[in-house]
Amino acid sequence: MAKITLSNLRHSYLPNPKSAEDFALKEIDLDWEDGGAYALLGPSGCGKSTLLNIISGLLTPSEGRILFDDRDVTDLPPDQRNIAQVFQFPVIYDTMTVRDNLAFPLRNRGVADARIAERVAEIAAMLEVEDMLDVRASHLSPDNKQKISMGRGLVRDDVNVVMFDEPLTVIDPHLKWKLRSKLKELHQRVRATMIYVTHDQTEALTFADQVVVMQDGEVVQIGTPVELFERPQHTFVGHFIGSPGMNVLPVVETDGRVTFEGQVVAVEGKVSGQGGATELGIRPEFVSIAEAGLEARVRKVSDVGRHSVVEVMVGDTPVKAVVEGAVPVQGASVFLNFAQEQTRLYRDGWIATEVSP
Amino acid sequence: MKTENPKAWFFVLPVLLLVAFNALVPIMTVVNYSVQETFGNNVFFWQGLDWFEQILRSDRFHAALGRQFLFTFLILIIEVPLGIIIALSMPRQGFWVPICLVTMALPMLIPWNVVGAMWNIFTLPDIGLLGYLMNHTLGINYDMTQNPFAAWVTIITMDVWHWTSLVVLLSYAGLVSIPDAYYQAAKIDGASPWKVFRYIQLPKMKTVLTIAILLRFMDSFNIYTEPFVLTGGGPGNSTTLLSIDLVKIALGQFDLGPAAAMSLIYFAITLLVSWLFYTLMTKDDEQ
Repeated sequence: MAKITLSNLRHSYLPNPKSAEDFALKEIDLDWEDGGAYALLGPSGCGKSTLLNIISGLLTPSEGRILFDDRDVTDLPPDQRNIAQVFQFPVIYDTMTVRDNLAFPLRNRGVADARIAERVAEIAAMLEVEDMLDVRASHLSPDNKQKISMGRGLVRDDVNVVMFDEPLTVIDPHLKWKLRSKLKELHQRVRATMIYVTHDQTEALTFADQVVVMQDGEVVQIGTPVELFERPQHTFVGHFIGSPGMNVLPVVETDGRVTFEGQVVAVEGKVSGQGGATELGIRPEFVSIAEAGLEARVRKVSDVGRHSVVEVMVGDTPVKAVVEGAVPVQGASVFLNFAQEQTRLYRDGWIATEVSP
Repeated sequence: MKTENPKAWFFVLPVLLLVAFNALVPIMTVVNYSVQETFGNNVFFWQGLDWFEQILRSDRFHAALGRQFLFTFLILIIEVPLGIIIALSMPRQGFWVPICLVTMALPMLIPWNVVGAMWNIFTLPDIGLLGYLMNHTLGINYDMTQNPFAAWVTIITMDVWHWTSLVVLLSYAGLVSIPDAYYQAAKIDGASPWKVFRYIQLPKMKTVLTIAILLRFMDSFNIYTEPFVLTGGGPGNSTTLLSIDLVKIALGQFDLGPAAAMSLIYFAITLLVSWLFYTLMTKDDEQ
């Protein structure tokens, strides 16, 4: 197990990258603490799989270094980095039994038979697959196959990091939550550094202690699930995380005064910087329907179970609000209230308000 | 619950008719010949199973059958591993893929009798490129019209040249269907190239290889045109394979009865071996 440091990492799939657009990964500097559970979250094509493959050694970065515990591994092939990776589609060795599958990485490294048997039994117990050890792996269901590929990653007790590349994609929805909680449990038991790549915010937020949100080859924010939810550093994070995502509303800002559709809105604290395109960010959870405030007209009401999502129009701008209990009817005129401590200003996408003391 | 519906037979009828006309009827005419003796003029005498007994006891049949098995065995043991090796070394993507595929497919596109004629000329000791090179440049006595060993080397080489591509293309199809993740996982698991072949590539190629071997078995066991054009079964009878012998009996000697009996035995052997092989290869999938 190890601490992983990525320093000045850049990667391009083109032989002679020129502009920033040629890079699939733009300037990444990250430290992953030993034993942490991390998630790499971002939409398809944001570079998260590229980053994963660079850490595992399947790709060599165009620029920058990768350090495991301060040891430079940038030029080492995957098998010498002592890492494990679980892929999107379960990779199992069809002709082998489950037991041989689990033992395979150890046998390839010349581990003694007694030790192999011990480790396989341990991992099988952890994954609850003891009763299928002698079954041919090709006869397993997809979720069990994925368990076995995870098991092959975990069976070596000296791995630096275990990486998961969207491992639940092919798993039936009703089994997803089971495997997800299994993973969390495994992390708590083995305490290996784990990196989980996904575009599914639920998976990322439930698995990870720290979530790294990526967009267009850049890290937008690193934080705990709560931080990402409560104080997105970038409108992309606000929009990408949460269901529905954060309201991002075009506003005019002059000397710290923010006006939205001609009406003044109070923001959480002091406004920093100036110029650029300004937007207001507020999560639908913190928009409420009140006696007085911003005038709005209800456009759509969707009941999503525990609460309702009310979509209203303030002038020409749609705003979403999460409402519990009684909801206004479609077409009604209402007043909106934005919770001040949750209302932030973004300048060119990045946060531009400070928390008031 | 009743699961059988007699109406179903009605829908099977067109296929049955088709099979009847292209397989059953022709085979039945052969069966008809195999149990009778004829001297022409459409006069037939009942012969029972005499022809079968005669063929099964004849040394000539045993010799031809032995040569046939030897031929099929030799070409399979060369073409299958060679085909796999070539498929493994072909590029999986990029500019060279279509070029490799077309080059590989070329020999299979050449008509069989042309293949025989090509190799015949190619190996002529006085004017053929290979024949001249061997005899005059390298000083090796190589003449397939005189030397049985040379004749065997030539028909085997010709078949390898003609048909290894089939194994290559089928194996290649199996190989390209393996997702990259398998190779990446194997790298991370520390698997050696041999283990990658043994536990990833070979299992993924198994289905197509079964088909390839089956096709190569059937085709090589029934081979006629190429060796007939190349050696005509000679020198002597040294390359007289079953089908060549059969045609000699049927058309050369006009012994329709024995020839029909031999055809049926020949057919039964091909069918039996194919069935045995296929059953064995697919057995452990069903467990």
